[in-house]
Amino acid sequence: MCGFGGYFGAVPEAKILLERMVAAIAHRGPDENGVFVDEGAGLAHARLSIVGLGDGQQPMSDETGELTIAFNGEIFNYVELRKELRAKGRRFRTSSDTEVILHLYDVMGEECLARLNGDFSFAIWDRRRQRMMLARDRMGVRPLFYMTHGGTLYFASEIKALLQVPGVSAELDPIALDQIFTLWAPIAPRTGFRDIHELEPAHLMIAERGKVTIRPYWQLDYPEREASPLLTDERRAAEELRALLTDATRIRMRADVPVGSYLSGGLDSSIVAAMATGMAPQGLRTFSVTFESVEHDESAFQMEMATALGTHHSAVACRAGDIARSFPEVVRFAERPIIRTAPAPLYQLSRLVRDEGLKVVLTGEGADEVFAGYDIFKEARVRRFCGRQPGSRIRPHLFRKLYPYIPGLQQQSAEYLAAFFGAGDVPLNDPLFSHRPRFKSTAATKIFFSGDLRTRLSNYDAAEDLASRLPAAFGGWHPLHQAQYLESRFLLPGYILSSQGDRMAMAHGVEGRFPFLDHRLVEFATRLPPRMKLKGLVEKHILREATKDLLPPSIGQRTKQPYRAPDSHSFTGAGELDYVRDAMSETRISDSGLFNAKAVTKLYEKCQSQPVSGFRDNAAFVGVLSTQLWLQTFTGTSVRAAEAA
Amino acid sequence: MTETIKDKVKAFVIENFLFGDTSYDLADTASLIENDIIDSTGVLELVAFIEDQFGIAMGDADIVPANLDSVARISAFIEARVGAPATA
Repeated sequence: MCGFGGYFGAVPEAKILLERMVAAIAHRGPDENGVFVDEGAGLAHARLSIVGLGDGQQPMSDETGELTIAFNGEIFNYVELRKELRAKGRRFRTSSDTEVILHLYDVMGEECLARLNGDFSFAIWDRRRQRMMLARDRMGVRPLFYMTHGGTLYFASEIKALLQVPGVSAELDPIALDQIFTLWAPIAPRTGFRDIHELEPAHLMIAERGKVTIRPYWQLDYPEREASPLLTDERRAAEELRALLTDATRIRMRADVPVGSYLSGGLDSSIVAAMATGMAPQGLRTFSVTFESVEHDESAFQMEMATALGTHHSAVACRAGDIARSFPEVVRFAERPIIRTAPAPLYQLSRLVRDEGLKVVLTGEGADEVFAGYDIFKEARVRRFCGRQPGSRIRPHLFRKLYPYIPGLQQQSAEYLAAFFGAGDVPLNDPLFSHRPRFKSTAATKIFFSGDLRTRLSNYDAAEDLASRLPAAFGGWHPLHQAQYLESRFLLPGYILSSQGDRMAMAHGVEGRFPFLDHRLVEFATRLPPRMKLKGLVEKHILREATKDLLPPSIGQRTKQPYRAPDSHSFTGAGELDYVRDAMSETRISDSGLFNAKAVTKLYEKCQSQPVSGFRDNAAFVGVLSTQLWLQTFTGTSVRAAEAA
Repeated sequence: MTETIKDKVKAFVIENFLFGDTSYDLADTASLIENDIIDSTGVLELVAFIEDQFGIAMGDADIVPANLDSVARISAFIEARVGAPATA
């Protein structure tokens, strides 16, 4: 796991530029770095040494010198692939997974991607064919950004490397801002930066002879709703799931350095840690973050699980003020405005891992998308249930059960509960049915957009933009699968794996590995009948069945506790930091031109004066503050956002 | 009297939920939920405002959209209840 950058085209003083690009992302690869310059192409690499410690330096060329690769991530099945390739007469010079990709590309060209089981992004310079190929893993674990400037294609693991290119400056894309303030993340390939794009998950790009083509090499797909279920026997399905998850974890333990595990106290990371414990004869290190506030803290469950497994456990406390102190750095690494503070404690957690001497951790991310763990899946089911009897005073009470942690919800009447969740209001055949209430309540934050920004965005609707990108088969899927697709294809890579995942871990040179996102497991889960995933209102039913012998009942039977962190109140109250006051001041807000300065001032005062804030106010506060920090970090506050495209 | 109550209610909604945005065309009959002006926490803020400002004790049965989901409904509810006991 590392970071890389490069170009395809003509670049003066290429070596200097490549060195600057790689220096900008040195945090991703503190162990080594290297630069490769050829006629019309160049690659640079910052290395975090995990596999092939002594011989895996990059950029790496093959024996002939015709193929050169810069690679970020891991190919977990590289052992099996190398064995196969050796049997076919290929000779290896290193013990690294990097060389396996080179050989496989040499044999299969871009079709090699179908054989890779891993979290990766890479660039291969093919001198013979004078072409550059970029590729990214199926679920979007590893990042890859690109832009065209002066006729040259540039690419890198993080945008801050692209900003090193002479003549390139950062401009906030107002459409992306609208998407973040509606959907929580930009819709790839759009990023927060105007004219800088993201290669979408499961896509490859080929640049040759002045032409660039981008296409998917894999797609997340679900069976037709009316089709007979492919897996009907629950016991056999649970056995198959267990075997796949065991193997997914096993190959993710491959490393020439110790592999640890995050342990949140929830079901998913507990399963991963339990499996890994049996595969780590030297003992497993586990890591958690704890909170002072009872509503966010899960330390009792973390300790119970660590004790049950006998792991060597370390925790970092996220105390009052910690989120505010780290937030400017969090935004710098996330490289986009965010409407939640949840990445900040994970930034602290990866620092703990690094300070304790580890650089690889397993995590439980992905289980909620793959096995239907999120509350939003249950919420959609309850909304449909209510929609069948719109006047019912009994049915809406189920909403309380879903969200015990939302301030104010428990005290609401059935009528208000039905109204808040739009029960019966959203047409059942709306492709975004499951996510409409979330998008609508998030979009309410746009009340703080300035008149100028609202005018520029007046014809734009982020939710409809998202709906227009759904595959043709989407309408024929079961509603749960539609909801899972929306989470897995957009929010997972767009926010969970990036802002909360790769960016926070790599800020401290830590690689996260995700057994639940092994593509074999993902594909298997798409074939499961919905009732095996969400059984009534019990989430991840089949996963619980498959792993019940691994966990204490108190963990195995736990209801999903969403990972959250204190939001606006992290920044207000005693010890309020100067940068917050400055960034949220009427002058700074007016300078940016993006928000209504008077309204933001009132929001700030409201958050300061009230002990509890609602979702809209919290999201707006964090969104405005992070946007202000983004502008300061990447453009300077005097620079306004680009005109809406 | 009605006008004064409505003015106070509208001023509270604009100040507290629209953050002083007087350019927002808030019709008296506009739904506060459907127009994303109020959320579950906001309802409790509204109840606290009514109780503090008008001396009305609101029972659980009073806290329903039929009484509170627009400036007009809130005003009518307050007008009808000023001086009257809370329902259960």
